[in-house]
Amino acid sequence: MTNRPLSPHLQIYRPQLTSLLSVAHRASGIFLSLGIPFFVYWLWSLESGQEAYSHAREYLGSFIGRALLLLWSLAFYYHLCNGIRHLFWDVGVGLELDDAYRSGRVVIAAAVALTLLTWIAAYMARGAG
Amino acid sequence: MALKTPLARVLGLGSAKSGVDHWWWQRITSIALIPLGIWFVWSVISLAGSSHEVASGWLQSPLNAALFVSFVLAVFWHAALGLQVVVEDYVHTEWLKMAVLIAIKLLVALFSVIAVLLVLRIFLGV
Repeated sequence: MTNRPLSPHLQIYRPQLTSLLSVAHRASGIFLSLGIPFFVYWLWSLESGQEAYSHAREYLGSFIGRALLLLWSLAFYYHLCNGIRHLFWDVGVGLELDDAYRSGRVVIAAAVALTLLTWIAAYMARGAG
Repeated sequence: MALKTPLARVLGLGSAKSGVDHWWWQRITSIALIPLGIWFVWSVISLAGSSHEVASGWLQSPLNAALFVSFVLAVFWHAALGLQVVVEDYVHTEWLKMAVLIAIKLLVALFSVIAVLLVLRIFLGV
């Protein structure tokens, strides 16, 4: 086998918004996948009963738990918005360079806004309940 | 005249006639996950800090249980397809690539089975 570079060769590529968002799409996808075991643990605790569930709630409510949930929610919204951007590309819409930059900025703004909205709503729901 | 060498044929190189399957299912699951993902996140918010009774009661509603299982299957499948692409792009040692790809598939399948069984138990209240 020759030792030539095969796929996205990031080391020699000058970073730009479009490529950074592409990398971020993969990174957020990988990070969200890492949440699967935690998600299953939470589900298991719910099935196991009160004691296991209150432990899980304690872990998720801790500083590290909240930090992870914040990052997961941001990763989720980013991956969701950028995924929709990809679906438009799949049908041939928005492929012009100007459009790709514009939709990229929209995706960043939307992901941040939705994350903030989610956390405000979560704290309000908690306060009300 | 066939342009493919006999060795390439034996190694299974070239089109397997199902090359679009991966791409296609990634799109189908992603479309499904737009509503399911938003539903899941907003459900989690409404459950934030709630008691065991409230949370399990929520999953005992047939609609919530159905959407939850759909979300689990779509999101786990989508994750397996996505991780596969990343591994195929960056792991070039053949045996290691195969091992990681198989591990991803098996782990995701295992987590899916566990998650679905847990939802069923909560839903049925056993």
